Amino acid sequence: MSPLLATGDPLYAFGVNWAVLLIVAVKVLVGFGGLLGTVTLMIWYERKLISGMQSRIGPQKWGPFGLLQTLADGIKLFFKEDLIPAEADRFVFKLAPYLALIPALITFAIVPIGGTVTLAGHTFLLQMADPPIGILLLLAMSGISVYGVILAGWSSGSKYPLMSSVRASAQMISYEAALGMTIVTIVLATGSLSTHDIVSSQANGVWHWNVIRLGVVPFIVFLIAITAELNRPPFDVVESESELVGGFHTEYSSIRFALFFLAEFMNVITMSAIMVTLFFGGPAGWVPNIPHLRWIFPILWFLGKTTLFCSMYIWFRAALPRYRYDQLMDLGWKKLIPLSLGWMLIVAGFLISPSWGFGLAAVVLLSSLVLSRSFDLGLARSSGANAVLPTVGERPIPGAVLRAFTDGEDQ
Amino acid sequence: MPSPLNFFGGFKLTLQHLVRPIVTVSYPKQKRPKQPRQHGRHVLNRYEDGMEKCIGCELCAGVCPADCIYVRGLDNPPDHPVSPGERYGYVYEINYLRCIHCDLCVEACPTQAITESKMFEFSFTNRADAIYTKAELVVDDNGMPQRLPWEDWRAGESDMTSGWMRATSPSGSAEYEGLVQWSGDLGVGVRAAEAGQSDTRDDAATGSKQLRDIFSPHLLPEDVPLHLRGISGATLKLRAILDARRAKKAAK
Repeated sequence: MSPLLATGDPLYAFGVNWAVLLIVAVKVLVGFGGLLGTVTLMIWYERKLISGMQSRIGPQKWGPFGLLQTLADGIKLFFKEDLIPAEADRFVFKLAPYLALIPALITFAIVPIGGTVTLAGHTFLLQMADPPIGILLLLAMSGISVYGVILAGWSSGSKYPLMSSVRASAQMISYEAALGMTIVTIVLATGSLSTHDIVSSQANGVWHWNVIRLGVVPFIVFLIAITAELNRPPFDVVESESELVGGFHTEYSSIRFALFFLAEFMNVITMSAIMVTLFFGGPAGWVPNIPHLRWIFPILWFLGKTTLFCSMYIWFRAALPRYRYDQLMDLGWKKLIPLSLGWMLIVAGFLISPSWGFGLAAVVLLSSLVLSRSFDLGLARSSGANAVLPTVGERPIPGAVLRAFTDGEDQ
Repeated sequence: MPSPLNFFGGFKLTLQHLVRPIVTVSYPKQKRPKQPRQHGRHVLNRYEDGMEKCIGCELCAGVCPADCIYVRGLDNPPDHPVSPGERYGYVYEINYLRCIHCDLCVEACPTQAITESKMFEFSFTNRADAIYTKAELVVDDNGMPQRLPWEDWRAGESDMTSGWMRATSPSGSAEYEGLVQWSGDLGVGVRAAEAGQSDTRDDAATGSKQLRDIFSPHLLPEDVPLHLRGISGATLKLRAILDARRAKKAAK
């Protein structure tokens, strides 16, 4: 057996033959097809739910309850004229939407959708792939999707998309640090990178779920970081539909424009699923003892939890106003990264021994005090009475000095 | 410092909106009731004996800021008079591509011949169709606006076509506000007062007279009595007194 296939999936235990390949092909087709179908549902769901939260009706014309609205929008976008600016780098311009879309698709491959299923003598996981690098694939793919954004802005041949894409990539890279740190915390606790192992380590009841086992802090950090990573409200300065023309995708039209949004909504589903996998036990949950139907309940648990998180993103969008860019960077660099780093150290300490844990907790507490004091000092230097530098929007000369000067002139 | 729990206020509010009644109206299927004094397309009224109220004086055309009304008056034929006056509106055209529904024509009309309905939902595919002539504007024999096939009339939209008249003052004097002082419309008679409107004025109850006197934007500054013109009035008064004294002194 090749080392590439040396995974936890029992499907490959007896080598690879045509039946195994067929099962893999069906898994991939059903998985990606289902994901694409769910994306249309997700767009409909987002529009419908946010309408409800704003006392509106939302899509209602196409199909029952407006379910086919996304399809109608897709058809409309598909038949619109595809414009490529004269100054654009044509190859990169055409490439960028796929760099946004394909990582979103691939990330979903590592998500365990259900438990183990036996079909015609073959036992396999309900998961498209369970590579040994597992969760690293998530970080790699979110790294590639940054390329989608920055290349889209750069290749448009226009300065505003370029500036927007620089801003967007700065945001995505900043939050990737906090994201990676929380994932390290989980990997430390699990002892494996494989998503299947992460899920099965949480299988023995709610108290073993990572959200409770690791304290709630890594989950909150992960939730905020992933929302920023997705450019979803309240961190959607990348697009800011209500303030800017668009963002990095300003020059895009027709189906290429649609691909960016397809990727965005697909990412919402994928990241909700990743969050369920990492913190909420994936498909774990109560299974009633019904013969031949036991395999369906983990899938239902997984779908239910993922839907809950998708709804939460929509709720964020309805409830929270957009962050200013400097606040966004402050939150990422000054709060989330120290917090996730400190928590990772504490968790690592407790994994060795309680004395190490308490020792590291004391160190983290002390350094957080030092850090917050240094932030205060920095804030005092940049604004307020003892400011070294003039604050934006304030008089460059302090009021008292100016008044003394002008009063002296009067005499 | 605001409570950190304020952060969750938005979440609570959005959840509350989920169960609140939906505000949106599915417009073409479902319509909101129109305001009692909505400005829609015009009608040309007739007296109860069937005669047209329009006397072809062209005041409406003169006052129209959008220049959308075209009127030509003609002497009434002695044997078949169209209006009870000397002349009648021989041609009456309104171009709805220009009309801004300001209702100044309604205020200018000395005979209450032109008033507005609440109907605004009509469209055209060429410019000529946008010009309504007497054939479309004059009320039918029941005194109701004509329901033209390209207009989307619903129940209640032809009510109170002269309701706006009652709101302002016929002949421009505030003294007559709310008082019925014109003859009835064909088929309708004298229309009843609107909700909240009395048939007679009661200034003691509303205090409206004093307010109207103080805030009199319809008057030119020089027409406002000096004692109601604030500081500028007081200085003018003072200057007048001083001038009089100076004149007296000079005469001595």
